Amino acid sequence: MNARAMTLPRSAVDQDWRHVLRWGLICGLALVGLCLVGMPVELDRRALIERHLSLGYLFVLLVPVAMGWVSSTLVALEGVENRRQGLYDLVTGFLVGLMGGGVLSLLMVALDAWNLRDPLVNWSPQLFRFLTYENGMGFGAAAWLATGAVLGLAGAALHVVPAVVRRTTGFVVFGLFFLSVLEAAISDLSEGFGLESLTDWLYAKKGGLTVTSTIVFGLVIAAASLATRGRIKAATDRYRDMEGVERQKASTILFVVIAVLCVVLPMFLGKIMNELLANVGIFLLLALGLNIVVGLAGLLDLGYVAFFAVGGYATAVLTSPNSPWFAPELHFGVSLVFVVLAAALTGLLIGAPVIRMRGDYLAIVTLGFGEIIRLLFMSDWLGPYFGGAQGITNIPGVDLGFATVKGTDPRSVFYLVLVFCALAIYTSWRLQASRLGRAWMAIREDEQVAEAMGINTVNAKLMAFVVGAVLASFSGAVLAAKVGSIFPTSFMILVSIIILVVVIVGGMGNIAGVLVGSFVLIGVLGGPKQPGLLQEFQNYKLLIYGVLLVFMMLKRPEGLVPSARRSRELHQDEFLQDAWLKGDKLDDEDAADDGASVVPAAAPVGDEGGEEE
Amino acid sequence: MSTHALTTKSAKRLAAVDRFLTFIRVFLVALIVVGLLAFIWQQVDADNPFARWRNPDARGLTGDQFKGLLISGLSQGSMYGLIALGYSMVYGVLGFINFAHGEVFMVGAMTGFIASEKFAANGMWEQNFILCLLLIVLLAVFFSTFTAVLMERIAYRPLRNSPRLIPLITSIGVSFFIQNFVLGLFGPASKSYPRLPEWLSKQRSILTFEIAGTRLLVLVVAAVSMAGLWYVVERTKTGKAMRAVAEDKEIASLMGIDVNRTIVTTFAVGGAMAGIGGILWGLMFRSVTHMTGFLPGVKAFTAAVVGGIGNLGGAMAGGISLGSAESIAPMVILEPLGVPGVSQLKDAVAFTVLVLVLLFKPSGLFGERLSAEDRA
Repeated sequence: MNARAMTLPRSAVDQDWRHVLRWGLICGLALVGLCLVGMPVELDRRALIERHLSLGYLFVLLVPVAMGWVSSTLVALEGVENRRQGLYDLVTGFLVGLMGGGVLSLLMVALDAWNLRDPLVNWSPQLFRFLTYENGMGFGAAAWLATGAVLGLAGAALHVVPAVVRRTTGFVVFGLFFLSVLEAAISDLSEGFGLESLTDWLYAKKGGLTVTSTIVFGLVIAAASLATRGRIKAATDRYRDMEGVERQKASTILFVVIAVLCVVLPMFLGKIMNELLANVGIFLLLALGLNIVVGLAGLLDLGYVAFFAVGGYATAVLTSPNSPWFAPELHFGVSLVFVVLAAALTGLLIGAPVIRMRGDYLAIVTLGFGEIIRLLFMSDWLGPYFGGAQGITNIPGVDLGFATVKGTDPRSVFYLVLVFCALAIYTSWRLQASRLGRAWMAIREDEQVAEAMGINTVNAKLMAFVVGAVLASFSGAVLAAKVGSIFPTSFMILVSIIILVVVIVGGMGNIAGVLVGSFVLIGVLGGPKQPGLLQEFQNYKLLIYGVLLVFMMLKRPEGLVPSARRSRELHQDEFLQDAWLKGDKLDDEDAADDGASVVPAAAPVGDEGGEEE
Repeated sequence: MSTHALTTKSAKRLAAVDRFLTFIRVFLVALIVVGLLAFIWQQVDADNPFARWRNPDARGLTGDQFKGLLISGLSQGSMYGLIALGYSMVYGVLGFINFAHGEVFMVGAMTGFIASEKFAANGMWEQNFILCLLLIVLLAVFFSTFTAVLMERIAYRPLRNSPRLIPLITSIGVSFFIQNFVLGLFGPASKSYPRLPEWLSKQRSILTFEIAGTRLLVLVVAAVSMAGLWYVVERTKTGKAMRAVAEDKEIASLMGIDVNRTIVTTFAVGGAMAGIGGILWGLMFRSVTHMTGFLPGVKAFTAAVVGGIGNLGGAMAGGISLGSAESIAPMVILEPLGVPGVSQLKDAVAFTVLVLVLLFKPSGLFGERLSAEDRA
């Protein structure tokens, strides 16, 4: 229960000081943490708008905006008349931002006074220069106090301004952000189409949007946002409401457009972009497989990388002339049969002991299996078969007769991955509504009830493991053919966790969600070893993955593109409460107590339960 | 009639998996027994053909080597035990695996490094080692506890009533975050603790066991911490509250126990134990990185499961058994079977122990202590 919502403030300066102080401190500490991790200085190298804004400054500036927004969020209560947001909230945001700027200025003073470089590697003169805008401490402190306060105010103002303004601002900011982030992709694509003059105008020589293009595109996006107001939602609603032949027709058109784009676009892209797309494809394939295991069947498999490794190693052993044990060199296509068999067998072997375990034990045991398999591939014991720490090299590409798919030609790899991804998407899509798919979802929701309804839970779970394993092994096979060599270090537990983040951020149990997740995370931030569009993130992407995972679990466990069913499951309490509120007259005492907190209903202001949702 | 056919059919299908599991069980036990027999044979009569069946070069172990393995297993295991206590307590109270607990341990080890390096730089480490040790333990305990409490407050408290996999996934994210945050703060280089003073680290001979002073220190500190924890949980009012909350949160709150505060205390106590474990790790292995917490964390969870989750004595015993198994089993079971490079398979052995325990006795060697709802 939030005290802010309950008591009506008398005036704008009659703030809930504890609240302001808490959020101001959080804002300041977040800023200091960000600086000491070294993110701003390293990301300063990437310009977003030439000479005016770098990625580093953007990250620092985002913090006060976010904190201003969060600190002035009104917790709307059912059955109570909520006050309108206004000046009061603006003051809150302003003060929070001001405090954040203040703490940052203190950091600056400390940077100047002491040298703590010994344990803290980022306690550097570069950071000091970054913070002072290379203009001396007085200027820096004043600047951060002012920007902090203004940005906090801006964050809070988002609550106050009308929805149109909020929407348009959001569109402009995100549109410009993506335009500058996608710089490499856009220049590459326009080069393919012979439109170099466009990119020359759009982007500055040293990277980043030019000032004119920023202004022009800002206006264009704003106009587009105003023009499309309400239309996008109407269109998706119309699509959703379609039935029968009409819907089928619309879906077919949509599908054909996407398919044509997937086939045609890479032809106009350069090597780097195709490489990126191929990596996204490999991880998408893994994510689709994990989506079946985690998203549909609800089995949290943390050792999913094991199947990836089996696929990679099976392909390597069967096709490479350097494989230490298997002499004949099979063709990729022939070896695929054995890869599938090996993966399915591994799926059964790992699945059988774990399927009866509690969900969380299953997670840890599969993690153990993932490590065991990597350690076995790396050991001297199986070295004669799998090459030990040296791995297997010289894996040939895929000879298709008319072309050879290999790592030096990323476009061909992309097309190969595309075929597998299409297969995987089709399989997942058909499986979802099948008897087996429904059995998986039933098990995910309540295993005991599913069993009581006559579902053979053991078989269904084993099938989930096997299907997931086969999809991951395809991905491993493609990786082997692409890279041309396989090492145990490519199959760390890290890979499993990154795929898990992709699935969760995208939306568990939803194919579209997994697609979005892979493109956004792997494409922009990058995979465990593969760089994404923002190569500067290389050292920080794992940090960001961690934050994203926690944030999504706390605020939006159903993911960016949720599956309707899954989100109903996750928010069951809220649905029940809504139904109850509608069906029943309000009973003050019960409504005020959310069941979890042990605080009595008439708790004093600002109690510990203050942040509970 | 048809229902009858259906039941027999599904019963048969179930049996297939069970038969397979039985096969795995028998196979693993057979492997262990054969390995052990071959080892014993080697000890008794090295020229016997059975002893040389798989590994003609095997020489067996001398008594001193065996004792050495045992000691290193015990000391390593007692550290696993210290970390396992945190897993066990949190699982007992909240019913989820706090995957990030290994990171709490790493924070302890890292704090210890920074403090001890500063002490070593101004000479205090050499002059007054005992005081330094006390100080770094205090600091490590403080920062570990702080980390544990903070993560409970920010990440886990809002998820108190969600499905049990949600907090587990969150804790994976927390673990990732802490690892990489520490990496960002202190850099990727491996950090090494200053050398222990000679009078402490020299070899000692106790009851015919040759034991390095460091390992002795580890064993003593672990035993003292365990005794302290036992006193807190079993003899104080806070401990009573913790046990009550583990039993049933709602009833406990009806009895006037502040559940939130008790859960925070649980995290704090677990964090303190992990902090002590971190210092011991640093003193023994002398090198710390941001990844130090990951494997010991997973193994400590294994130890908690081996001992029976929710059971504090079990966690310590599980840690010691796991440490010993990990140190002895490769030499005693795998080496006689002719597996080369057994020391590489240490971690694989630890995970196999987890699988074995869950296959044979899922409630752990000493029995779980969980509330009815968590047992489901």
